[in-house]
Amino acid sequence: MPNAAPTLRLEGVAKSFGAVAALRSGTLVVQPGTIHALVGENGAGKSTLVKIVGGVHRRDAGVVELDGEPVDFSGPAEAKAAGVAVIHQEPASFPDLTVTENIFLGREPLGSLRRIDRRAMRAGARDLFRELGVDLDPDRPAEGLSIADQQIVEIAKAISLDARLLVMDEPTAALSAVEVRRLFAVARGLRDAGRAVVFISHRLDEVADLCDTVTVMRDGEHVSTDAVTDVTPDELVRRMVGRDVAELYPKVPSTPGEVVLRVEGLESTGTFHDVSFDVRAGEIVGLAGLVGAGRSEIARAVFGVDRYDAGRVVVGGRVLRPGDPAAAIAAGLALVPEDRRLQGLVTESSVGRNVSSVSRRRLARLGILLPDAEARLARDWSGRLEVKAGALDAPATTMSGGNQQKVVLAKWLATGPTVLIVDEPTRGIDVGTKAEVHRLLSSLAAEGLAVLMISSELPEVLGMADRVLVVREGRIVAELDRAEATPEAVMSAATPGATPGATPGATPGATEGAA
Amino acid sequence: MRTHARPWWQRVLLTREMLTVLILVVAWIVASAVVRGFDGPLTITYLVLDVAPVLLIALPMTLIIATGEIDLSVASVVGLSSVTFGLLYQAGLGLGVALLVSVLLGAVCGAVNGALVAYGGLPSLAVTIGSLALYRGLAVGLLGTTAVTGFPDSWTDGATDNLGESPYPAITLGLLGMIAVFAVLLHATPFGRNVLDIGRSSEAARFSGVDVKRTLLILFVLSGAVSALAGVYYTLRYGSARGDNATGMELQVVAAVLLGGVSIFGGRGAVHGVVAGVLLIGVLGSALRLEGVTVNVINIVIGTALVVSVVAPRIAGGMRVRRRRAAGRRTQGDGR
Amino acid sequence: MTNVLRRREAGIALALLIVIGVTTAVQPGFLLSTGGWRDLLLTPAILVVLAVGQAVVVITRNVDLSVGSVLGLTAYLTGRLFLEAPDLPIVVVTLAAVVTGTLLGLVNGAIVAFARVPALVITLGTLYVYRGVTLTWAGSDRIDAGDMPRTFLGLGTRQVLGIPVLTIVAAVVLAAVGYYMYTSRGGRQLYAIGSDPDAAALQGLPVRRRLLGAFALGGALAGLAGVMFAARYGTVSSGAGTGMELQVVGAVVVGGVAIFGGSGTVAGAALGAMLLLTINRALPVVGIPDFWQRAVVGALIIGAIALDRVLANRRARRLAAERDTGPTDGADGRPGDGADGRPGDSEDVTA
Repeated sequence: MPNAAPTLRLEGVAKSFGAVAALRSGTLVVQPGTIHALVGENGAGKSTLVKIVGGVHRRDAGVVELDGEPVDFSGPAEAKAAGVAVIHQEPASFPDLTVTENIFLGREPLGSLRRIDRRAMRAGARDLFRELGVDLDPDRPAEGLSIADQQIVEIAKAISLDARLLVMDEPTAALSAVEVRRLFAVARGLRDAGRAVVFISHRLDEVADLCDTVTVMRDGEHVSTDAVTDVTPDELVRRMVGRDVAELYPKVPSTPGEVVLRVEGLESTGTFHDVSFDVRAGEIVGLAGLVGAGRSEIARAVFGVDRYDAGRVVVGGRVLRPGDPAAAIAAGLALVPEDRRLQGLVTESSVGRNVSSVSRRRLARLGILLPDAEARLARDWSGRLEVKAGALDAPATTMSGGNQQKVVLAKWLATGPTVLIVDEPTRGIDVGTKAEVHRLLSSLAAEGLAVLMISSELPEVLGMADRVLVVREGRIVAELDRAEATPEAVMSAATPGATPGATPGATPGATEGAA
Repeated sequence: MRTHARPWWQRVLLTREMLTVLILVVAWIVASAVVRGFDGPLTITYLVLDVAPVLLIALPMTLIIATGEIDLSVASVVGLSSVTFGLLYQAGLGLGVALLVSVLLGAVCGAVNGALVAYGGLPSLAVTIGSLALYRGLAVGLLGTTAVTGFPDSWTDGATDNLGESPYPAITLGLLGMIAVFAVLLHATPFGRNVLDIGRSSEAARFSGVDVKRTLLILFVLSGAVSALAGVYYTLRYGSARGDNATGMELQVVAAVLLGGVSIFGGRGAVHGVVAGVLLIGVLGSALRLEGVTVNVINIVIGTALVVSVVAPRIAGGMRVRRRRAAGRRTQGDGR
Repeated sequence: MTNVLRRREAGIALALLIVIGVTTAVQPGFLLSTGGWRDLLLTPAILVVLAVGQAVVVITRNVDLSVGSVLGLTAYLTGRLFLEAPDLPIVVVTLAAVVTGTLLGLVNGAIVAFARVPALVITLGTLYVYRGVTLTWAGSDRIDAGDMPRTFLGLGTRQVLGIPVLTIVAAVVLAAVGYYMYTSRGGRQLYAIGSDPDAAALQGLPVRRRLLGAFALGGALAGLAGVMFAARYGTVSSGAGTGMELQVVGAVVVGGVAIFGGSGTVAGAALGAMLLLTINRALPVVGIPDFWQRAVVGALIIGAIALDRVLANRRARRLAAERDTGPTDGADGRPGDGADGRPGDSEDVTA
């Protein structure tokens, strides 16, 4: 029906978190009975948009309409009641309840004497699974369900709630090919039933296969909306990435020295495979790739927080004992982790305590920390990095993201490492502090520090790195030096479905698969 | 950048620990004024002698609770070490050797707890409820309903005598020493900092190179060893080694620690607060006893104080959050 | 899931049967005499009622350490009511005790639900408070058997069709609560809250209401247990029930209710209570002086927790392996694959 209101309409939606504008102008129109793809780099604003649609955040500005009616959800429960279902990348079910109980929780069918009619419930679940075309045991506990199956359970739940709009947020990141096919069949079934599906993904091959329409976002803004048949994946990559990459990054040229970190054949079953690379003193090696490619897992394995199944790590010529972060630190490694608040900082502790934390043992005299030792070190390094805080004993949780990141960096630099691994060094940080961090990393490299930088922001990787390693689905598929690393080349190598070599500047890497 | 946000006196005085100290002081003053017989040298003597085991055990318990765990088996280790001490003495061993072996046994008990919790990944509440029964059972089983008495005067007097003419028992020195050791351990060593970090964010601690498992194991071993030491003292103080010595003491210890400002969620706590908490319970008990009031009333007081001490900060925090959220909403632009 | 559950409860039942069997072999009177049979059923009745209530609380990922004190208070209340007003019908007295227990439980529940403070600490505090109230009220007085109506005491030892009355009460409680937990929406929600409290709140479940209900039920059953205690033993001192809370938690844990909440059944808890107390009584018969019984209980608790952890790990691994060896496909088949296709799906099949 040509005049039916679209299931979902967003226009000019904006949302900022403090100083960081996550979404500047989000626009999206999804018709019923369609599968609409939403693509964009990390930081383009997709997940913020989804969170607004799902009721997790409230927008600062703009219009959100569901079936033509303006809506303003105060919470996820309200969104769900209105017919919006969000299928997350890692859905959470109640592990102790069965699949059926999870689907019908709170709305179980009742029989005589207001007892739960288990048979009807099970039949209902079976019907849902049949409608979706999947084969799941309704009596199975939800614990240990594969991510693919958990998604199916979530979708079943959404259908039983008669959801009109289903948003799938990067659903295929952790799925095998077979599971992806099953999910696509389910999505097509939903579309044919007249529901609206929003499909967020990096995988342009899947977008081409599954979706009718594709919207591109970049830097928090809407870029384009087209029928999928009207645009090629490579053109999409260009739109996702096309910005003035000529931003100046304070790259101080440095001559790389000896190999300080050597990773040989590192493998963690199911996560990453046959990972080998070197990092020299004075060089910045960028590790690029899509979210979920396995880069953080590689970094954690190298540092020892996670164990690995095969391969070895050599630091300064000596083999590093696996699974032992203390040994890694002693050997000169440092890891600024991906999740600042949960892994990088003890947010309840003060700035001073955080900065001096890894250096504690070194500071102690006969096992005792004299009152001023930590404060002196903390003041010294906070000063060097220009951390802005009211006082050294202000709790870390009161600081801005940028300052928090500086605290984490200060903490690690205070140990005098020879190898610094940084995972998303400027995620969620304001522009000014971003530049400071980049300047810092650059000068550290110039002084001889070996830096391994994981980043999902292309300009950052391209601006800072001397060499770029591209990780795709757990393997290093390309190695590009500074000259040949262009946004198109990196994204093409990182994205399944894009054709490497179709965009100028891309060179097929040495460690590609069965090419 | 300044080191401290607030002036020193605010930092020292405006804390939960100081609140407990204040209440202790007030209680002491009120008791001295109101309760007949409180204002005398014997009060201090018996106060110290009575609270000594609770105080000892509360010290490692503080660190354990600071990591977010708990050890409910401590009183049972007291009983077990009391029995071991008595039996070894009865078997003819010198008391010094008996003391050493008992403390070692306590350390082993703690190691079992620690291994199950830290390396087995089992919840400490459930595990120590089990070991509470196990260790107490071993104690009662070894000695049955009998008791070992007849310890040499030199030792029992050593446990109860005063320092010269002062009202303070000799053991006060030992207690002060232990308090000092644990205060330094928690507040002035890397180990102590690690303990607090584990309680606040064990994930971040792991990423910073802290060996969380080994730290927890050490804490449980300490708890067991100190509990055993308290058991030896208890035995000598009352001159009797029994399997059911100190039954129920674990709850007193936990109550004192929580009263002393240590958060049950882990991540914060101070030794001086805990000492004040222990003394506060002791003072209330002494005062009530002298007044002829049944000691049961003090149970009500401790219980209520415990509940209030945990609920009040939550309510205060909740009000603060709500005020901040309301302010935030007001200053946010319209467009909704 | 029902398969696994059946295994755990069946395991406890089996252990119980073995204990009874072995002990009866040593001393046939343990089971095969009228006294033996009666004691076997009668002794655990009170603990079963307590365990059923505690199980509901633990399933929501909480704990109630004050049940022993509640039992003491309501047992003494029962005695005092009969002392002061001997003509009061038993039903009224029982009701008074149960209502008292419910209120005491609601205090715990309200603080836990609204102040969101760990139940461990709160119920530790109320353990003290309630015990203190009992001690203050009772002083050194003791209710003696002679103070209570004979019909009431008779309930403690009477049998119906060979089964002690108190056991029937316990069985009815077990059946009623078990029925509720298994067949009602509220029951499912209690499990969900214990399984993942944050997700439960996010999904809009009435968490506060359910928690209040759970603690109220636990308190009510503790109140009932107090009445049963008075009927059984006749003598109620102010220390009645001291230390029972740890026995109850032990029974619940041995019975397969995870201390983390979300799993286990009241039937399992009841079986756990029976197992613990039967072992207690069996030890002296088998020649182990009953001084060792507490050690055995402690070892059982630790063993049960460790066993549950091992089983949970093994089940998780099995479920993960099942998932990985699930639907596989020889060809890669990802759409749009060209030269950069992933080599085969065989990597999905992990050990």
